[in-house]
Amino acid sequence: MIEAKNLNLYYGAFHALKDINLKVAEKSVTALIGPSGCGKSTFLRTFNRMNDLIPGVKIEGDIIVDDENIYQKGIDVDRLRKRVGMVFQKPNPFAKSIFENVAYGMRVNGISNEKVIKEAVEQSLKQSALWDEVKDSLKKSAYALSGGQQQRLCIARALAVEPTILLMDEPASALDPISTAKIEELIHELKKKYTILIVTHNMQQAARVSDFTAFFYMGSLIEYDLTKTIFTNPAKQQTQNYVTGRFG
Amino acid sequence: MKKIFERIVEGFLFLSSTVTTITVLLIILFLFREGTGLFGKSPTEEGFTVAVNKNNPVSELNAEQVKNIFDANIENWKQVGGKNDSILVFRMDDIFKFYTEEELAGVDTNMTLLASKIDEVIQKNPNIIAFISSKNLPANPSSKIITIAKINLSDFFRGEEWFPTSQPVAEFGIYPLIMGTLWVSFLAILIALPFGLAMAIYMAEIAAPGVRNILKPLIELLSGIPSVVYGFFGLIVIVPLLQKTFDLPVGETGLAGSIVLAIMALPTIITVAEDSIRNTPVSVKEASLALGASHWQTIWRIMIPYASSGITAAVILGIGRAIGETMAVLMVTGNAAVIPHTILQPMRTIPATIAAELGESAKGGMHYQALFALGCILFIITLVVNLTVEMISKKRKQNR
Amino acid sequence: MNHSIIKKITQAIAFNIFRIMSVILVAILFSILAFIVYRGASYITWDFITKMPEEGMTKGGIFPAIVGTLSLVAGSMIVAFPLGVCSGIYINEYAPENGFKRFIKLMTNNLAGVPSIVFGLFGMSLFVNTLKFGDSIIAGSLTLGLLALPVIIRVTEEALKSIDKTYREASYALGATKLQTIVKVVLPMSMPNILTGLILSIGRVSGETAPILFTVAAYFLPKLPTSIFDQVMALPYHLYVLSTSGTNMEESRGMAYGTALVLIIIVLILNLIANIIRHFLMKKIKHK
Ligand SMILES: Nc1ncnc2c1ncn2[C@@H]1O[C@H](COP(=O)(O)OP(=O)(O)O)[C@@H](O)[C@H]1O
Ligand SMILES: [Mg+2]
Repeated sequence: MIEAKNLNLYYGAFHALKDINLKVAEKSVTALIGPSGCGKSTFLRTFNRMNDLIPGVKIEGDIIVDDENIYQKGIDVDRLRKRVGMVFQKPNPFAKSIFENVAYGMRVNGISNEKVIKEAVEQSLKQSALWDEVKDSLKKSAYALSGGQQQRLCIARALAVEPTILLMDEPASALDPISTAKIEELIHELKKKYTILIVTHNMQQAARVSDFTAFFYMGSLIEYDLTKTIFTNPAKQQTQNYVTGRFG
Repeated sequence: MKKIFERIVEGFLFLSSTVTTITVLLIILFLFREGTGLFGKSPTEEGFTVAVNKNNPVSELNAEQVKNIFDANIENWKQVGGKNDSILVFRMDDIFKFYTEEELAGVDTNMTLLASKIDEVIQKNPNIIAFISSKNLPANPSSKIITIAKINLSDFFRGEEWFPTSQPVAEFGIYPLIMGTLWVSFLAILIALPFGLAMAIYMAEIAAPGVRNILKPLIELLSGIPSVVYGFFGLIVIVPLLQKTFDLPVGETGLAGSIVLAIMALPTIITVAEDSIRNTPVSVKEASLALGASHWQTIWRIMIPYASSGITAAVILGIGRAIGETMAVLMVTGNAAVIPHTILQPMRTIPATIAAELGESAKGGMHYQALFALGCILFIITLVVNLTVEMISKKRKQNR
Repeated sequence: MNHSIIKKITQAIAFNIFRIMSVILVAILFSILAFIVYRGASYITWDFITKMPEEGMTKGGIFPAIVGTLSLVAGSMIVAFPLGVCSGIYINEYAPENGFKRFIKLMTNNLAGVPSIVFGLFGMSLFVNTLKFGDSIIAGSLTLGLLALPVIIRVTEEALKSIDKTYREASYALGATKLQTIVKVVLPMSMPNILTGLILSIGRVSGETAPILFTVAAYFLPKLPTSIFDQVMALPYHLYVLSTSGTNMEESRGMAYGTALVLIIIVLILNLIANIIRHFLMKKIKHK
């Protein structure tokens, strides 16, 4: 169960997120759409406190993850991030072998039993539909993979620490159509086990993969509803204009 | 008209851009021309010869044997392959031991007289070895000139004695200088590296931006301070400190040189290492944090490996600088040309040798040429260092 | 123990080690500066800067060394600055992207890495002996100029590279030729960076000792040069002499502290100017 309550975020003086209230349904895919610069990534990154890294960021309001306000004092951010996985826009594997990329998350979280790690790596690679392609070359550098494979590796890497929530920031925007289709298929599979938040600026993609859609505009959440409703019968004119491609 | 003018300017700019290349080529030309002149020469000073009695079976000696004979370390011809007979060493001024002033009267004006006297001495003493001016060899001698092995590259590198001005034969063994250089430079990097890396990591990841903005110009300032000033500081502060701490006869030691060099190498190491740590793509850093890794785990397991080629480049560059650094080292290492056994003894590096001795060497002489040969070695070392760094950074760019 | 606590403790230990090491290092480096400033300050008087050395360099001033260093700086910059800037312009603006350009850049990098004592050997062999300039300002300046050249080239290159392509295109669109574009648009914009490089290389040149040992520097010469074929004293060499081979080293110690401080002050001032240029002129250009 995740939720944003009266969320405001400032980059210095710039008001980037304005009074956002949003409840995300579990084990489903929620798409965040909106024109570039409207705050989708910023919003997504509040759920694993990735914005903490940027100097001058100020956050007001609550983000609730599993009945807990993650911005309250005494929260263990590392543990939070272990529960909330993230996939980035561009594939960003580490300069390590394929195996070690997936194993990394477990190692830094204190798992040292090689047998456990090996099983989990295999499991994660299978979940991300990469196992068959790489099972004979686990020792090879992750850079040897294609862009699409690298992105699936990054998904496997995120899954390996057993998160319950997956944040995806335009995970297919740097990929070719075939790889994109594979990722979308994968998202479809993953939502059986995970709560997924995905940023996309591709309207068809949002329509294809998501159950719910939130439309952002200039830092505000304009409309949030079932994807079907947003794309066929939105309540707001602004949303209508955006999904039909009249602006943005 | 305008076109032609632009062409001329372009031509001029082109010529300017070739100056560095030309300079490198000129350096190679001039250094190697002088430096290689040393090899194939006889190590006796020009115009002098070593001669023995005609009946002496020995006709060839190497530089070290000659030196040992004249230093009275070898006293019997048997030791150098001759008869069992003690060696009688003869230098020009020994002539007075054989003749009285009166007998030598007129020698100043009549060189042939001196020559014949010397010839007489050599004839009378079958066990003699004489170091004499070539001019004083009589036309029809009863003596035999000893062939002394020519200076070659392997003796130059492996020779353990550096006596560039000793008589009758100079010795140009640079092994102690090479060892001195390596000891001092590598220890310097060993000292500088942990501190440099710690500071680089601190500045790149840990320090608040405000702190970093103060440290950055301070380090730039330190990299601009002349090496003599560091040398002076070393001489005034570090040398006495080491002498007291380790209770040494002299404080001017390899360690003093290493410490001063470490201080001097730090700004380079810090700057290059910090840059390469900061060059780790943000998204890779974020990916690690997003998996629940702590900031430290991310630095240690992701960012440092990512920056490792840059850090390697920093280290190699630092070693290159340290090997070539002259003045500071010259001032604090004590400059004894011996093979080092401990870091707490005086040492002498290649650049310090050049700086200390070039002024007193005769232009075009063997000593002068030997110092140029040392220059060639330094040049080659820095060339290798640069090409290595170049290769590393090229690889890094490809990996991006 | 819980792993996330171990993680936190490890991080705290590691970060504190780095903090402490950095503090120690900064303290050491800073105390070097402070030591020389503290010891040297009392020797820096008007007389020290404007008088000739007296009584075996134990009294008097360092005026001829200051003049010598200034003339070497001026001489070397007359050589290196125009050549370096022109060369940088050619490499960044004209040279086609081919092996030749890479070769020139490689050679420039190589020259930058050549130790200063090798420059000394080279300068002596070429300028002093072969060209028969003797130990002279001109021989020293040429040697130092070649030493500073790669730095200026690289700085110029970087400065030009940082100018956005759009400025050049805008100028071409107005019908300006390549040369006009470079002279009227690109160079003025990159000047602050180039000047910063110039100033920092002045700092480097004024402190170099090894290249001038055998090309110009005089041990003791209490008069001013009258032509570029004269020998001169120079600050860094003077410091070297005072601290290692003076006739009465103990008594000339004060002079040595003073000279060291003068050298530091020169570097300090040059750095300050460079930073001021960097900040203010850069801002001005951005605002345009
Ligand atoms: N680190 C930052 N510092 C300052 N402003 C930022 C930063 N990151 C993003 N912004 C601003 O916040 C707004 C939202 O950015 P972002 O969340 O990246 O938008 P989106 O992902 O929807 O394209 C933009 O106007 C952007 O310029
Ligand atoms: Mg975005």
